[in-house]
Amino acid sequence: MSRNALLRFRKAALAGSFLVAAAVSTIVPSFASEPIKIGVLEDQSGDFALATSGKVEAIQLATDEINAKGGIAGRPIELVIYDTQSENTRYQEFMRRVLQRDKADVVFAGYSSSEREAYRPIVNQLDGFVFYNNQYEGGVCDGNMVITGAVAEQQISTLIPWMMKTYGKRVYTIAADYSFGWISAEWMKQIVKENGGELVGQELIPLGVSQFSQTIQNIQQAKPDFVVTLLVGNSQSSYFEQASAAQLNLPMASSIGVNQSYEHKRFTPPTLANMHVTTNFIEEIDTPEAKAFVARFREKYPEIPYINQEAENSYLAVYLYKEMVERAKGSTKRADLQKEIAKGDICTDAPEGKVCIDPKSQHVSHSIYLAKVGEDHSISFPAHWDNVQPYWLGQAGCDLTKFDPSTQYSPDNPPPKG
Amino acid sequence: METGYLAFAMVMQFADAFAFLVLAACGLAIVFGMMGIVNLAHGEFIMCGAYVTVAAVHAGVPLPLAIAIGAIASALAGMVVEFACIRHLYGRPLDSIVLTWGISLVVTQTTLITLGSNMPSIGTPYGSFAVGPYSYSVYRLVLFGSALAVLAGLYIVFNWTRFGIAARATMQVPHMAAASGLDTRRIYSWTFAIGAGLAGLAGGLYAPTMTLVPTMGTSFMTEAFVTVVVGGADVILGTAPAAAILAIIKAGMTYWKGQLFGQIGLLIAVIVVIRILPKGISGFLTRQ
Repeated sequence: MSRNALLRFRKAALAGSFLVAAAVSTIVPSFASEPIKIGVLEDQSGDFALATSGKVEAIQLATDEINAKGGIAGRPIELVIYDTQSENTRYQEFMRRVLQRDKADVVFAGYSSSEREAYRPIVNQLDGFVFYNNQYEGGVCDGNMVITGAVAEQQISTLIPWMMKTYGKRVYTIAADYSFGWISAEWMKQIVKENGGELVGQELIPLGVSQFSQTIQNIQQAKPDFVVTLLVGNSQSSYFEQASAAQLNLPMASSIGVNQSYEHKRFTPPTLANMHVTTNFIEEIDTPEAKAFVARFREKYPEIPYINQEAENSYLAVYLYKEMVERAKGSTKRADLQKEIAKGDICTDAPEGKVCIDPKSQHVSHSIYLAKVGEDHSISFPAHWDNVQPYWLGQAGCDLTKFDPSTQYSPDNPPPKG
Repeated sequence: METGYLAFAMVMQFADAFAFLVLAACGLAIVFGMMGIVNLAHGEFIMCGAYVTVAAVHAGVPLPLAIAIGAIASALAGMVVEFACIRHLYGRPLDSIVLTWGISLVVTQTTLITLGSNMPSIGTPYGSFAVGPYSYSVYRLVLFGSALAVLAGLYIVFNWTRFGIAARATMQVPHMAAASGLDTRRIYSWTFAIGAGLAGLAGGLYAPTMTLVPTMGTSFMTEAFVTVVVGGADVILGTAPAAAILAIIKAGMTYWKGQLFGQIGLLIAVIVVIRILPKGISGFLTRQ
């Protein structure tokens, strides 16, 4: 199918280039219709496929929309897509291939933090330009990367104060035992403390664990007002079924869950009742822009199980890239694009609302919605925050307009001062 | 009173961990202990049992019957795999590791491609009960009861039935068993099917409590291998005491410091056991 699409727009591009050549042959040199290559490395199989399957479709959707309107600065987009199979080594392999052999102008890549950290040194070494379209724990200060997903402070600094105001100040955290879980848990601890709450328990769960009765008992013993769940992967999501079966009945808060793997659609109600998630997009969001996006998506891909946050991140990333390339007068060189980013006004009207790239960290501001899961697994939105900035890196001292350390920082390991 | 509730909670957690270890491991223990095959596709038989069970429930079959169907489906799948692949590799344990690992990869990815990345769950039946401040799912007691029933069933089959005696004879001295008129091929085939069927039973029993994805079998594998390594080759003398000891370690460590330490406890137990009892608990109990 992608080959057909490719053929179709090769033909369209050819026809288009004749027309353009006829009309403006004196101004536009003939190489102007040479395509812009976007490399796409996403997990279409393996353990993460469930959460990432909509990303490739979203990129394809944005690409088709942009190509139908004449491409980026007059050049059509060509996608080079590889299935990275949820494996870190595949990312390393394909990142080299897509940058060296396919000579992609930009690459959209990665789901888990370990995947991103696996390919990032290669991107630095080959001086590529990569969009990571995924929510994550935050802290990557790297000039080769633009990160369109929401970061910890955008989701947690909105979620936790609201939860503590609504349910009480005693918090229990269970988190996946790897970089995302650790750093998010660190953020939780800090924001709970800042708001005068008490962390009554914290448990790190190794990936692949699927049995939680002892954890459920530990939670009951600590008597929290609500439970923060930062669980990752399919085995860990068994927690919700088991907690619900044991009648734990505590409000839950999370920055993941619902917004990636649509647990509220997959589990039998009321397994996930009373879960609260802050997200920059899920398909239930009730604004005209979001609804129009979902309708366009479903028209093109009626089979798609759910349009999640990462699909929208990937979609808006294509438009952000278009914006910066057109500002740079069609150049795809990283230095030219970063000059445009440094001006601080690369924005796009995304399905969630307006989003802009923060020049210091090359992360993106977001509209954050608080999604609450009901008894019947319907979604309501009791709160909404506009234009939430990815503030932490910039405040902590990361400034990519001046210096590129290509490092990931965390609240425990901030950028060096001065 | 508070300590009484806590003590009850500890017993429940022990029972829960014990059930998981026994059910995850017994199929693997039979195939490894009796046939010497290290079955890395064990998790996929578990997944097969779970998927068939859930499909049957979605088709309107009551859960206990659906679990039985899941176990039988896994046993049949085991028979096919044994006939097509495993039987050519008896006495070649290293090759069988590579083979079963390959089967595991093929099955996981084929399931992903044909059935999609997940299946809608069926929900845990039978409600819950509370003792003091702690509440429990009733289904957890069903799991514990099933684990005990499986151990009892295996004891009966392998000690009191004609098939059990023939199977043990075949495993100990195959050519003598064949010379005295036993169809050893059929016995291998049946034994492997029982191992696969028990894996399927574990999958069916845990299906209501878990997320159903093609890779779900892998979350049983650590516990299964740890139990088999600690227990050694004998299912009754090995798996049951190994599961009891490991359940105490796992529940205790998880209560004390959380899941991460529960997992660390299990792995340290394996290292210690391999060092001092290389043939596992059953090797120690049956030493001459």
